[in-house]
Amino acid sequence: MRQYITRRLLEMIPVLLGISIMIFAIFQLAPGDPISAMVDPKTSAATKAKLREQLHLNEPIIVQYKYWIMDMLKGNWGESFYYKQPVTKVIHSFLWNSFYLSLASFILGALLSIPIGVLSATKQYSKFDYIFTVIALIGISMPSFFFGLLLIKWFAVDLKIFPVSGMTNPGSIASGFALFKEVMYHMALPLIVLTFGSLAGLMRYTRSSMLEVIRQDYIRTARAKGLREKVVIYKHALRNALIPVVTIFGMSLPGLFSGAIITEQIFNWPGIGPIELQAVNTRDYYLLMGINMMLAFLTLLGNLIADVTYAVVDPRIRLK
Amino acid sequence: MQAVQTKNIKLKQEKILGPWQLAWIRLKRNKLAMAGLYILIFMILVSVFGPIISPYKMETLDLSNISSPPSLAHLLGTDEVGRDVLTRVMYAGRISLSVGVVAVIISVVIGSIVGAIAGYYGGIVDAVIMRIVDIFMCFPFLPLLIMIAAVMSDYKVHPDYRIYVVMFIIGILSWPGLSRLIRGQILALREQEFIQAAEALGLKDKRKIFKHLLPNTFSSIIVSATLEVAGAILTESSLSYLGLGVTPPTPSWGNMVNVVTDAYVFQFQPWRWVPPGLCIFITVMAINLLGDGLRDALDPKLKR
Repeated sequence: MRQYITRRLLEMIPVLLGISIMIFAIFQLAPGDPISAMVDPKTSAATKAKLREQLHLNEPIIVQYKYWIMDMLKGNWGESFYYKQPVTKVIHSFLWNSFYLSLASFILGALLSIPIGVLSATKQYSKFDYIFTVIALIGISMPSFFFGLLLIKWFAVDLKIFPVSGMTNPGSIASGFALFKEVMYHMALPLIVLTFGSLAGLMRYTRSSMLEVIRQDYIRTARAKGLREKVVIYKHALRNALIPVVTIFGMSLPGLFSGAIITEQIFNWPGIGPIELQAVNTRDYYLLMGINMMLAFLTLLGNLIADVTYAVVDPRIRLK
Repeated sequence: MQAVQTKNIKLKQEKILGPWQLAWIRLKRNKLAMAGLYILIFMILVSVFGPIISPYKMETLDLSNISSPPSLAHLLGTDEVGRDVLTRVMYAGRISLSVGVVAVIISVVIGSIVGAIAGYYGGIVDAVIMRIVDIFMCFPFLPLLIMIAAVMSDYKVHPDYRIYVVMFIIGILSWPGLSRLIRGQILALREQEFIQAAEALGLKDKRKIFKHLLPNTFSSIIVSATLEVAGAILTESSLSYLGLGVTPPTPSWGNMVNVVTDAYVFQFQPWRWVPPGLCIFITVMAINLLGDGLRDALDPKLKR
């Protein structure tokens, strides 16, 4: 196992390098002078030249890339022009907000999709199955921004049940349980949007995996020896059906940090999403590069965790 | 005896049906898929011919009649400069649908060629291509798209040409999934006898790939391309909503919803942003229904 993980970690290195080259190349394509975006227009030419020298902008592109990647490795991700703070610090202060929201959606998604998927499979072609197939389809067809807007319109603006946006009340000084309650209250609508969007995939996957399993011979055996249907389904079938489902959940791990950009933007949730979009609008290149590198790294890590859990839950997959 | 013979003749007649005809028959039996197909055809017809029939032009301003609610003259009301919302929604349909289709064509062309080459040649070619695909697939899609769209918009492309940029970006970023699928199928196909026969005939690689291998993957290409159109329309609308895709004055369903940034419009003039949003939803839903139906129809093995 340890050997497998080590190998996978080593395999991540070339992929990460490729991604970093891609990100760097994209920003090289950006027209205009990065310096003039960084400083205010009144800055003297001499200062600009000095800054240019400092940031190695006079060097060939390959050398620039070398400097950039070495700095990234040392944890020096440059400074955000907009926040006037190191990029790492900016990311750190918003990343966790994204994480809480997505984690809540992840848990809610699991709690809903697995039972629904199992029921849909055991009652295949029933009304229940049909209704949730349609709901799943609506979930994947609904643009998240439009769904979010509709919810805000109905529940926040018209009915005033939930707050319109943000994570806490403006100027809130709540702490402890009161803060938790306040955050949950603000989280309700974005949580619905996020979960609704991801539910479809998880549900259908559980369903088809379950359908596959209940056709197996050992399920027939279990029934033949007179076990109650409940035991057959929940003890014998479900455990095996969940194996591939684990992978799907693992694959949605990276989304915990990046999957909610648009939803966060709609609800003004102070996470990575709005920051990324703001960085795009202000052309805050170092921040953008930093965020994207980090998201890519987390994606790779998420894939690794998914594969490892898969190997753990399914002894048949004994890593080659 | 007579009865048996007629039965045999009937069987023979059924066998004459080609695989595509059989698929079509299967598709016709699937009510949901047919509903999807009809809705899609309706949306396409309205988008293509609607603006021609409409008494208003896309840019006709009517400053005496701004932001008016739906009425008989303007079925979906007017916007802040008095343009007819319905006409703009229909124009936007042209844009959004064509972005979806063209982006997928780009993605299918790249994806199937790259996948076929990787699957056919195998070895080091395959390894290199698949590593590149890995890099693309590991990348969170939306952040990458946003980043490229931002850089592209710095080039100050004229709004009329923005849609080509959007088509191109979405197309160029969505081929890896398809190429992986095609590669897998080609890997299996190239071991079969008909390819050995092609080999024995001394056919060129190009001919073997494009005439003998790729056509055998058409059914999966069609299914994933259909579902990908739905995805591309969603992606375009999200990008345009964020102001990074198709930009006004060219209307797209996504950027028409963007009027909600004005809180007053959001709250009191829903006719300006709900219809384009619903159009996205209905179209994408129709395509998904059709795509699911096609999957069942084209691949009977998958049908449960």
